[in-house]
Amino acid sequence: MRVALFLTCVNDTLYPDTGRAVVKLLTRLGVEVDFPMAQTCCGQAHYNTGYRHEAEPLARHFSDVFRDYEAIVTPSGSCGAMVRELYPRMGERARAEGRGDTLAATLAPVVPKTYELTEFLVDVLGVTDVGAYYPHTVTYHPTCHGLRSLGLGDRPRRLLQAVKGLELVELPGADECCGFGGTFALKNADVSAAMGTDKVRNAESTGAEVLCAADNSCLMHIGGTMTRLRTGMRPVHIAEILASTEEEPAA
Amino acid sequence: MSGTFVGMPVFPPPAHPAFPKAAHEAVHNQTLRGNLRHATHTIRGKREKAVAEMSDWAELREAGKQIKDHTLRHLDRYLVQVEESVTAAGGIVHWAADADEANRIVARLVKETGEPEVVKVKSMATQEIGLNEALEAEGIHAYETDLAELIVQLGKDRPSHILVPAIHRNRGEIRDIFAREMSEWGRPAPEGLTDTPAELAEAARLHLREKFLRAKVGISGANFMVAETGTLVVVESEGNGRMCLTLPETLISVVGIEKIVPTWRDLEVFLQTLPRSSTAERMNPYTSMWTGTTDQDGPQTFHLVLLDNGRTDTLADEVGRQALRCIRCSACLNVCPVYERAGGHAYGSVYPGPIGAILSPQLRGTASEIDASLPYASSLCGACYEVCPVAIDIPEVLVHLRERVVEGGPVTREGNKVILKPAKGHAAERAAMRAARWAFASPRALRAGQRLASRTRRFHPRTLPGPGSAWSATRDLPPVPAEPFRDWWQRTQGGKGDKGAAK
Repeated sequence: MRVALFLTCVNDTLYPDTGRAVVKLLTRLGVEVDFPMAQTCCGQAHYNTGYRHEAEPLARHFSDVFRDYEAIVTPSGSCGAMVRELYPRMGERARAEGRGDTLAATLAPVVPKTYELTEFLVDVLGVTDVGAYYPHTVTYHPTCHGLRSLGLGDRPRRLLQAVKGLELVELPGADECCGFGGTFALKNADVSAAMGTDKVRNAESTGAEVLCAADNSCLMHIGGTMTRLRTGMRPVHIAEILASTEEEPAA
Repeated sequence: MSGTFVGMPVFPPPAHPAFPKAAHEAVHNQTLRGNLRHATHTIRGKREKAVAEMSDWAELREAGKQIKDHTLRHLDRYLVQVEESVTAAGGIVHWAADADEANRIVARLVKETGEPEVVKVKSMATQEIGLNEALEAEGIHAYETDLAELIVQLGKDRPSHILVPAIHRNRGEIRDIFAREMSEWGRPAPEGLTDTPAELAEAARLHLREKFLRAKVGISGANFMVAETGTLVVVESEGNGRMCLTLPETLISVVGIEKIVPTWRDLEVFLQTLPRSSTAERMNPYTSMWTGTTDQDGPQTFHLVLLDNGRTDTLADEVGRQALRCIRCSACLNVCPVYERAGGHAYGSVYPGPIGAILSPQLRGTASEIDASLPYASSLCGACYEVCPVAIDIPEVLVHLRERVVEGGPVTREGNKVILKPAKGHAAERAAMRAARWAFASPRALRAGQRLASRTRRFHPRTLPGPGSAWSATRDLPPVPAEPFRDWWQRTQGGKGDKGAAK
C-alpha cells in the first residue's frame, strides 16, 4: 500500500516530533510511508476565514501532490476534515458560481482516501493495540473537527486504552471546544482565552500529567495556556504516545 | 409609570461595537459568567436527555428540515394560501415589507381601537422590529407578559437569550428588580419579597393578572402558521400567552413569512422537536391554536401582519437561506461555548448566539461593525449544528458570511441584486492570506520561511507585537524546532539514516 503522510504545514513547521512519531508508528506496523516533499498546506485557514478563492489553488496543489497514493494519512482532525468535508463543498460552490465541474473533479480523488491517523489505524489497519508503552496518566480531549466533522468517535480512546502503562482518566466537559478555532483565537482573543482557561482547569482537575489530542493546533492553544497558567501539565499529540515503546519511550 | 422608558430598545443601537469588543466586558464579569454557565449547562444536559428518549430523533430532524425547505421553496404559493385561509376564517391580513411598515400597521390598528395599552405575548418578531418603541412613540404602552420578558422590561434591560431573555439574571437580581420597579408599572411587589422562585412567580402573577383582565388589545407573534387552515400556533410554558390570546377583544399577530408550514399534519414534527430542543420538555405546557375568529369566543377581531424584513433577501442566497428554517428553539445558544462566555448582549441583536450570528448579518446586511463581526463570533466547533432540530449547518453559513465580508460578491438587498464590496478593516488580513497562499503555492518558499524561523529561533520574543499580541497576552508561543520535519525527512530519508538532529 502506498501511503502518503500529509503532515500539515503547522506540524511540519512547529511539531516535527509528531511527524517523526507518525513515521515511526506506521513503520512499526509494517506500513511504508512516504512524505511527498511537494506538500504545503490544505488551505483550511484561508477557507475558514472567508478566503475560499485563495484556498482553491492550495486545494488543487494538494490534489496534484497526493492523488496517486492509495491512502493519505494525517495527524490532524481539522486538516483531515478540510479535505473530506470541505473540498467537496469547494467543488460544489465553484459549480454554483458557473465555473463547471473542473474543481470538483480535480479534488474528488483525494477525498475518500484521506484518513485522520486514528481512523487509519482502526479502520484501515484494523488495530487498536499498536504495541505502545507510555507509563503516564493521560486525559483525552476530542478536538471538534475530529469529533463532529470526521466522527472519530471512540477510536482515539480505544487506541489509548490499549497502551501499556497508560492510565486514561476522563476529562470533564471533554466535548466542549478548547477555544482555538484558527483565526478565532486572534479575532476573538478574550473569548478564546476564556474557553482555553476552562479547558485547562478541567484538565487539571483530572490529576493527569498529560493532555492528549489528535490535533496540534488545538494543543498549541491549550499548551500555551497551560504554561501561562503554570499548571505543570503537558500537551502531547496522540501519535507521540502511540509511537512510544518500552525500547524507545517518548521523552 | 415612567414615561421615558420604552421597553426593549431597537437593535442595533446606533453604533453597537463589534463582537470582540462587546464580548470583552462580559468575559471578565464573573457574576454573568456564573449565571450563564449554570443556566446553559443545566438546559444543555436536560435537552440531551429529552432528545435521547426519542428513537426517531434523526428522522424527525430530517423531516423538519425537509418540510421547511419545501415550504421556503414554494413560499410564494403558501403565503397566498395563508392569506386566503386566514381571510376565509374571519381574519384580516396585512403585508409588511420591513420593520417600519409593520410598526406603522400595528400602531394604526391599535389606534383604531382607541386603546392606550396592549398586552404582549412573548414574540421575537415584534422585538426584531422594535414594536414596543414604535408604539410608545405613538403614545401606546406595550406590556410584556412573559415572565422573563417582564423581568427584562422592568429592569430597563435588554434580552440576552431567545427563549430565556433574562438568563443573565440570577434570582437575587430579579427580586431587586421586582421590588424596585413593579410599583412604577402597576401592582407593586408584595412587601418582604424574597428570592425564592415560588414567591417571585407569585409576585409576577399578581402584577400581570391586573393587566390581563384590563387589556382590550393583545399582540403576539406565532411559532407556526398552517397554510391549509390559516391556523396560528403559539407554544409556551406559562399560560400568560394563552391569557393574551384569549381575553382581549382584538388580537394582532406579527409573524415572519418563514413561519409557515403547509399542513396541520406538519405540526406533528415540530411539536415534538421544538419543546425537547428548547426547554427539554416532552411537551410544552400550553399550545394555543386559533383560526381567524369565532363568535363569542376569544378576540372578535384578528389581524395577521406578515413580516418580510430581510427574509426574501435571505431566501435568495442559496447557502444562507437555511437560516430561515430556524424554529427559535435556542438549543444552539445553550450549547455554544462562545455564547456561554460572551453572553447574549454582545451579539447586538434580539437574535443572539450561533443562530443570531448567521441571521442578523443576513436580515440586516453586513454594513455595520457588529454585523460584519458576527460571522467571526464562532470557533466553528460545530456543537450548534449537532443540536439543531432542523439541521441548519450554522458553521457552513458562518464561513459563507465571512466570505461575504472579506471578499464581497453578489447579494440581494430589498429585492435587488447588488455586488457587495469587500468590507473595510480586513486589508492586512487579506494581504497576509495572499502572502500565505503564495508561500504555500510552492514547497520551496515554505521551506525558506521554515528555515528562517528555525535559524532565528533563539531570538524569538516570548510575546508578540501588533495583532500577534492577541495570542501572546494569554498564551505562550510554541518553541520553533531546530529544523522543520521536511529537512529531517530529506536528511535521513524518513529516519532510515538519522545522523543526529540539527543543532
